Amino acid sequence: MGEVKVIGASLSSFCCRIEWALKLKGVEYEYIKEDLRNKSPILLQYNPVHKKIPVLVHNGKPVAESLVILEYIDETWQENPLLPKDPLEKSTARFWARFVDEKCIVSAWDACRAEEHEKERAVESAQESLGMIDKLIEGKKFFGGETIGFLDLVVGSLPNWLKFLEELGGIKLVDAEKFPSFHEWSKKFVEIPIIKEKIPMPDDLINYFTTSGLAKTIRGSALANNK
Amino acid sequence: MAGKVVLLDFWPSLFGMRVRIALAEKGIKYESKEEDLSNKSPLLLEMNPIIKQIPVLIHNGKPVCESLIIVQYIDEVWNDKPPLLPSDPYQRAQARFWADFVDKKVYVASRKIWRPKGKEQEAGKKEFLETLKTMEGELGDKPYFGGETFGYVDLSLIPFYSWFYAYKVLDNINIEAECPKIIAWAKRCMQKEAVAKTFHDPKKVLEFVAQTRKKYVSRNH
Repeated sequence: MGEVKVIGASLSSFCCRIEWALKLKGVEYEYIKEDLRNKSPILLQYNPVHKKIPVLVHNGKPVAESLVILEYIDETWQENPLLPKDPLEKSTARFWARFVDEKCIVSAWDACRAEEHEKERAVESAQESLGMIDKLIEGKKFFGGETIGFLDLVVGSLPNWLKFLEELGGIKLVDAEKFPSFHEWSKKFVEIPIIKEKIPMPDDLINYFTTSGLAKTIRGSALANNK
Repeated sequence: MAGKVVLLDFWPSLFGMRVRIALAEKGIKYESKEEDLSNKSPLLLEMNPIIKQIPVLIHNGKPVCESLIIVQYIDEVWNDKPPLLPSDPYQRAQARFWADFVDKKVYVASRKIWRPKGKEQEAGKKEFLETLKTMEGELGDKPYFGGETFGYVDLSLIPFYSWFYAYKVLDNINIEAECPKIIAWAKRCMQKEAVAKTFHDPKKVLEFVAQTRKKYVSRNH
């Protein structure tokens, strides 16, 4: 079905979604590693608007924005469908995908970066969003049902990123007691072989942020004070 | 695909307008319920308990939330009418990308104009115009973002045109001078009945924007 390239970075929670989707559908692709501190001419050519990864390039034509790319992959390669066929169920999956990106991830970062006097409120806000995801997965094996689907890939690396943000910000966001269903799901999800081989790990994230000096730039960072 | 359609809406909402245009384009009959956002109805809180915002489309009692998600839902369910999104997956991905740009960049920049007059507001105005110029670049010489026919990206952006008069009067932003192609495109869209009938009197919109902004600025600055 043509030549497929993925321009990405291994620690990005958005890029792994794309690689998982392609692997699930048995699509061969070339992975082009991007250094986000020194963006390549290829990235700037294929995503001139946002200059961000991931970018999928299919037969020389680029698609950007991870949720847009996931839907493109699902429509182009029909095996192992990611999204439900029913329009209402599809709308619900799309709604929760936006919620994960616009609320869960953003509020977790805000809690990490919050100043001391704002931290408690920021953590509560992040936990409120995470609580909704926990409720959503309650009683289900995966967000997609019996097998993983679109929303599993979107939520995907959130557990690992949360562990990283907890350490970075000196905060507690999730635990098995508070969010039992989310905890159960994440244990099952990371053990799936194609997921396991391409998931950002908390230690690698911590390592990257401390060695690159980025940890120091994050206000409220607990790691910034560790040498 | 028939069945009862209800739209929870708020008359000046850019997002509500997108859904109204989509429903009109498809010739779908629906009941419109106007929400008072300072006193949200039990129905809204029941149908959108997570975000508690309009628009919400209720189809046969089941809610769909978020304007672009609603528009795609309408396009998929009422698929016997001319499509709003392209049928080719790559073209469809491009349409979704640009509608997402309108949400993430054009809308977000437009909110930065809601600051008290000064350096920050000037920066917001500049950013807003830059996002419109990027849209102009994408439009190129096409009559619509969708090509020869009005489509998903056009629908996602055109409601902003209803606020341009307010931006001119309140903030001295001359979009006609800075982005003439966008104005020409907007006037072309306004010739469509489905678009024109969702627009209110610009003076009424101006009054709403002026009042709401005063309240917002005094609360936040």
